[in-house]
Amino acid sequence: MKIILTVTGLDHEGIIAGVTGKLAERKVNIENLSQTLMQGYFTMILQGSFDENQQSITELQEAMKPVEEQQQVQIRIQSDAIFQAMHTL
Amino acid sequence: MFSDRSSSVLETLQMIDEDRLDIRTVTMGISLLDCADSNGAVARQKIYDKITSRAARLVEVAEGIEAELGIPIINKRISVTPIALVAGASQDEDYVEFAKTLDAAAKAVGVNFIGGFTALVDKGATPADEKLMCSIPRALNETDVVCASVNIGSSRAGINMTAVRTMGEIVRETAEGSAEAHGFGCSKLVVFANAVSDNPFMAGAFHGVQEADTVVSVGVSGPGVIKRALESARGESFDVCAEVIKKAAFKITRMGQLVGTLAAERLGVEFGIVDLSLAPTAEVGDSVAHVLEEMGLESVGTHGTVAALALLNDAVKKGGLMACSHVGGLSGSFIPISEDIGMIEAAAAGKITLDKLEAMTAICSVGLDMVAIPGDTPASTIAAMIADEAAIGVMNHKTTAVRVIPAIGLEIGDMVEFGGLLGRAPVMPTHPESAELFAARGGRIPSPVHGFRN
Repeated sequence: MKIILTVTGLDHEGIIAGVTGKLAERKVNIENLSQTLMQGYFTMILQGSFDENQQSITELQEAMKPVEEQQQVQIRIQSDAIFQAMHTL
Repeated sequence: MFSDRSSSVLETLQMIDEDRLDIRTVTMGISLLDCADSNGAVARQKIYDKITSRAARLVEVAEGIEAELGIPIINKRISVTPIALVAGASQDEDYVEFAKTLDAAAKAVGVNFIGGFTALVDKGATPADEKLMCSIPRALNETDVVCASVNIGSSRAGINMTAVRTMGEIVRETAEGSAEAHGFGCSKLVVFANAVSDNPFMAGAFHGVQEADTVVSVGVSGPGVIKRALESARGESFDVCAEVIKKAAFKITRMGQLVGTLAAERLGVEFGIVDLSLAPTAEVGDSVAHVLEEMGLESVGTHGTVAALALLNDAVKKGGLMACSHVGGLSGSFIPISEDIGMIEAAAAGKITLDKLEAMTAICSVGLDMVAIPGDTPASTIAAMIADEAAIGVMNHKTTAVRVIPAIGLEIGDMVEFGGLLGRAPVMPTHPESAELFAARGGRIPSPVHGFRN
């Protein structure tokens, strides 16, 4: 399954490490990534994929909860399908 | 390349987080034609079993899609075959028990409304239709999640004025039956002209006889998204407004199509339609009235409101049509009073009147929707309001409806609280002059000449 993961929160060191470390552990492959700072606000959009037979998207969402707390950021994981549907013909 | 993706991702997130974009409803239509039985109790058992088996996974599947796509699906609902058609075979004297069965089945599967306590009497009423109409007040006041609707007119058959008179009385009786809640029962009762059989929105949803056995349809929302899009076109011509609305409507509808397709696939049933209606809520940022005001009106209800609504409605349809495989239902803007913060405020301040509202219904879907009227409004006046709306619908080949709440115990200017999505409504003045003799006539208003197009 292809997913879009977005991370937002106050910038500090270690956010990418924390997020991507957990993704590696959960066998999520990172296919594309863009990250920027908007007035001190960390914003990352990450495109990834994983095997649906190994875990469901809700399980992955659950798995990211501790990272969210630890890094004090908001992590959202959505199926890529919604963005494809809304923004491509 | 990816920066293009980033901006679309951020745009979608903004629509969901800030503009309150959501899927208003995923509605499963279930045919109950095969549940008819000469024994009412047997019929009700079949109905309960069919609904609870077909819709067993509806809520679970919808919640799964919600989590996966990250888009809220506010309501999960069920519509069924008009009960008058199913209960007619039974010997029962009234159909209140059927309503209770629907209520129990809906609660068992966890949906928040079930529609289809319905009779279609646009040309004439069968004994079953009569029984159903007479059962409505008790059915609505003794259940929690059952919605009733009656179709009293169509462009093909004209207006059944005998049924209109009956429904005036039924609306009053329903209000009186929930007097302590200021007529709340009436928020679950819609009187239609040209009712559509695939409408996923309550309270008027039912599953028409021409539909497949089980289908899933979707109703989208999104006034907030349209308003924000229009903010980018301040001072521009209406041509630009129309373009901007079309583009936003396209995106909203594509999401509806995706959710509907996924839901149908996972439930193993047919995908029905996407209803392109802009459905507001009483929350700030989710108002159709504010979209109209964004076009340059100081308040909804002032001169220009009808033209603004016409443009909005048309552009939403044009944008949505290409975005999905099957469009259906009501597909237009909803202009309920109680469920739209801009409408509530305008009505409370006397800036929008029933007459202007009626004019607005000539060019958009539904009609006098969630309008609170004085508690002492006579049945004949309610019947006459229904007749006026039906005339607009029948003559213009469109759906119109009346969902008015005689707010028992309250007067003009008082506020009725319905709670939740149903919001709140100020009691609006009706014309005090009598329509008693008009409503008493009964019979049928013949169909218009263009109803014979064949």
